[in-house]
Amino acid sequence: MYLPGDKRMIVTPSLALRVAILGGIALVLFAIIFFRLWYLQVLSGDKYLAEANDNRVREVKVEAPRGQIVDRNGTVLVDNRTALAVQVLPQRLDNDPARRARETRRLAQVLGTRPGKLRKQILHDSKVLPFSPVTLKTDVSLDTVLYLQENQTRFPGVDVERVFLRKYPHDAVGAHLFGTLGEVTKKQLKDSRYNGVQLGDRVGQSGIEYQYDRYLRGRNGASRIQVDAMGRPKGELSIRDPVPGKQLRLAIDFGVQKAGQSALTGFGKPGGFVAMDPRNGQVLGLGSNPSFNPNVFAKGVSASVYKRLQDPNNGAPLANRAIQGLYPTGSSFKLISSTAALQSGLLSPSTVLFDGGSLNVGGISFRNAGGASYGALALPRALQVSSDVFFYRVGLMADQRGGDIIQKWARRLGLGHPTGIDLPGEVAGLVPSPAWRNRLFRKHLTDRPWTPGDNINFAVGQGDLQADPLQMATAYSAIANGGRVVTPHIGMRVEDSDGRALQEIDPGPKRRLGIAPATRSAIISGLRAAANDPGGTSEPVFRGFPITVAGKTGTAERGAQGDQSWYVVMAPYNDPRIVVAVTIERGGFGAEAAAPAARRILAAYFGVKGKKAVGTAGNAPN
Amino acid sequence: MPQQPHTPFGTGVQPFSEPRVRIFKIDFVLLAATLGLIAFSIVTLDSATADTAATSHYFSMRQGIYAVIGLVLMVTLASIDYSRFRELKTGLYIGMMGLIVLVLGLGGATRGSRRWIELPFFRFQPSELGKVLLVLALSAFVLDRVRYINDRQTTSRIMLLALVPTLLVMAQPDLGTSIIYVNIALALLFVGGTKWTHFAALAGLAAAAATLVLVIAPLAGTPVLKGYQKDRLTAFLHKDNADPRSQGYQLNQAQTAIGSGRQTGRGVHRATQTRLGFLPESHTDFVFAVVGERFGFVGAGIVLSLYALLIWRALRILTISKNLYGALLAAGIGAMLLTQVFVNVGGNVGIMPITGIPLPLMSYGGSSVIVTLVALGILQSVYVQAREAAAGKTETI
Repeated sequence: MYLPGDKRMIVTPSLALRVAILGGIALVLFAIIFFRLWYLQVLSGDKYLAEANDNRVREVKVEAPRGQIVDRNGTVLVDNRTALAVQVLPQRLDNDPARRARETRRLAQVLGTRPGKLRKQILHDSKVLPFSPVTLKTDVSLDTVLYLQENQTRFPGVDVERVFLRKYPHDAVGAHLFGTLGEVTKKQLKDSRYNGVQLGDRVGQSGIEYQYDRYLRGRNGASRIQVDAMGRPKGELSIRDPVPGKQLRLAIDFGVQKAGQSALTGFGKPGGFVAMDPRNGQVLGLGSNPSFNPNVFAKGVSASVYKRLQDPNNGAPLANRAIQGLYPTGSSFKLISSTAALQSGLLSPSTVLFDGGSLNVGGISFRNAGGASYGALALPRALQVSSDVFFYRVGLMADQRGGDIIQKWARRLGLGHPTGIDLPGEVAGLVPSPAWRNRLFRKHLTDRPWTPGDNINFAVGQGDLQADPLQMATAYSAIANGGRVVTPHIGMRVEDSDGRALQEIDPGPKRRLGIAPATRSAIISGLRAAANDPGGTSEPVFRGFPITVAGKTGTAERGAQGDQSWYVVMAPYNDPRIVVAVTIERGGFGAEAAAPAARRILAAYFGVKGKKAVGTAGNAPN
Repeated sequence: MPQQPHTPFGTGVQPFSEPRVRIFKIDFVLLAATLGLIAFSIVTLDSATADTAATSHYFSMRQGIYAVIGLVLMVTLASIDYSRFRELKTGLYIGMMGLIVLVLGLGGATRGSRRWIELPFFRFQPSELGKVLLVLALSAFVLDRVRYINDRQTTSRIMLLALVPTLLVMAQPDLGTSIIYVNIALALLFVGGTKWTHFAALAGLAAAAATLVLVIAPLAGTPVLKGYQKDRLTAFLHKDNADPRSQGYQLNQAQTAIGSGRQTGRGVHRATQTRLGFLPESHTDFVFAVVGERFGFVGAGIVLSLYALLIWRALRILTISKNLYGALLAAGIGAMLLTQVFVNVGGNVGIMPITGIPLPLMSYGGSSVIVTLVALGILQSVYVQAREAAAGKTETI
């Protein structure tokens, strides 16, 4: 194939010259660049290295405020405040160890701490998060800040930063609900729940703050600041705005919460209470006594204060007895025994048993409290007067029938396992059964196997039974609403900062029990009579109360620890909108301590004016 | 002045279908320089981008994949006879123009300029491929007119054929690439044998055009250059601008990065200019500054030497080519590489305006890497054909 003009090439002198010129041009261009590089890197390299070392970026975290926590009516329960924190940038501290030590000493004096402690903290934190400021003290006074700023030359590397701290405007009210914040742990960072959280960020570590952390925490912003060798800002390179956290609306009713806590505080003994809407499980109030002021946790609490708050000799204020109490429930358990007896056909609502004041089984005499005897009675009346013998007989019948009837119903109604409330730390409690005790006996952990007496005691809420007020409130709610075992929940709605709903929190009932209407009406009429009719165990407490309630007292014997006072009540009795469970350690008879406290909570809920004296003695002991 | 520099013999062309096992005749020095630069690029990108990308090896991994694709194309091209491209000159030229017009029509924009077309998995930059197509087509046009190389008409026609795509690329706007187009045309004319006086006239015209664009047009109220382009053109003259978004600042940071590398470099972890993000576009426009900071004068010198090796081989292949078309291709490709290296590195070290053209094989980018390897494949083809002709395996008319 021939292509015109494409000749066999011969390098003529002319072409050689031109190629040489091209080569020359290339040589010159490369030479220019080489010489320039020589100039930049070899001749002035030190100067540019110094310039590069002056070029430093500091990424400053712009903290996002956490969302507020409000009650169902919008009352702010947990708020934010800004505080001043003293920080130090380790890489900006003096390189000379002696001068650095002097600065640490000065700083420790200003901040009121020990130099060794500061040194250790700086060393530890800068290992965890290099190039980040180490916070030495949060919430320092303005005087301290002004002093540090006036003497800036004596404190190189020290900075004052604004940080958000939690504020609890109502002090102890709701203290056991909110929980605390703390720095995210390395383990948490691996969890997808904490996507977007960085080491050093503070997240909810307990209570509601933990449970709803993903809504409450915002996303921190960041600003990249270019600084020179002295750490002076030279300009902002970029900024990412922080996104504030979302507002959390709780089902809590501030009035109910406050009434509950002040009723317990007024009685002055350790205890807990729960107020719940039996229709949906919304918790209207939940508290424990003694309480504490959560504001002490806002800026990090000292070890000694923390120890005091956990000390049992002090009543362990941090313990939340409403969900962590492990108490026998006394006669308030009779609602569960009644349900079991009626549902399993041991009894009908009109079955009459004889209460002669005591029941002898296997040589042991089980007696009514206070030596009372009520004669022949059916279940509603037995609940009204709280006949122990009636329920001893139920316990004995159940034991003879076999199949753990009462235990089964106790578990179905929510005892013996956590209720699933949106609050960490809930305990399971204990429903004693033959299998449980016999297993312990085989392992030599107890002195005897299961006997009918155990079931007799169990039927009246004595013995090994362990439950907390929340479990009892859940059980009573299931009867109140006709058989739904609700999931108690404190969170109600996630909202934006203007209160517009973003997400409703409604976990729905855990399970439905087929409670016969006759069972329910027999139990509620008995509880109604107990609180309203002459001879009822809590009738004196609710005398004159405008709402007809249905409630049961409980007095559990705890040996050396005194009597545990219980009261669980639903109101109004015909269409319950609220269930209240109160327990008070060493409170004596249910009607003396727990019932008056429950009345105050109900009064706050229904807006009933006028107080009744706490600790009215009942005419019926149980 | 030579009148007729070539003997009146033509060279036969191998049909494409002929079996060829020529791969072992490629230029191994050229290949070594190519592979050396690719290796340097991958190592540098790995450190330059460690702190910015979601996965630290994102850019280096992808650059490696582009290089493999490009190397396959290079070997393929090296094993066929480049002379065939001469017949396709019109198609190649039209194809090039089509691509450039296409990008003006539907291209995506970064920082105000339309340079690429969005393809699945890939952002294709047609003006990169355009460079090689221009070399192939324009060399053929020059060859067609080689008998009349001293005519004014030849020079003006060739320059016109080059200037049309140049102006279109400039309108994207992509000033750097348009400079490459012009330099390719000048190199082809130069090697083709155009008279010296024609070059003098072209220089005069260029000076007049520059005056028009930079002085008269803005005065008349119709500026041709966009604001950022003018910034770039003038920024290297005053680098003390503290605004991080300004060109002067970027240049200053690049220079600081290179200078701070000193003789042997700061290593990966101490290279604060790169790691802390002071150096803008550290994986593309300023990749040479990363080399300078990390590997110092030694590393930058090695990279430059590898480029010098490429240019030397291009000129060497030019002189041994079996035909003039091969010589012209070698000249065009050599001019293309030399211009890119000098403009890019010159911008990094602060002696040239920043025009945003990639450093061949070093800068991150699929279009650039693959097209550069295609060009080197053509260069290898010229070399292979020359050796075969010298061995007498190809018939000579």
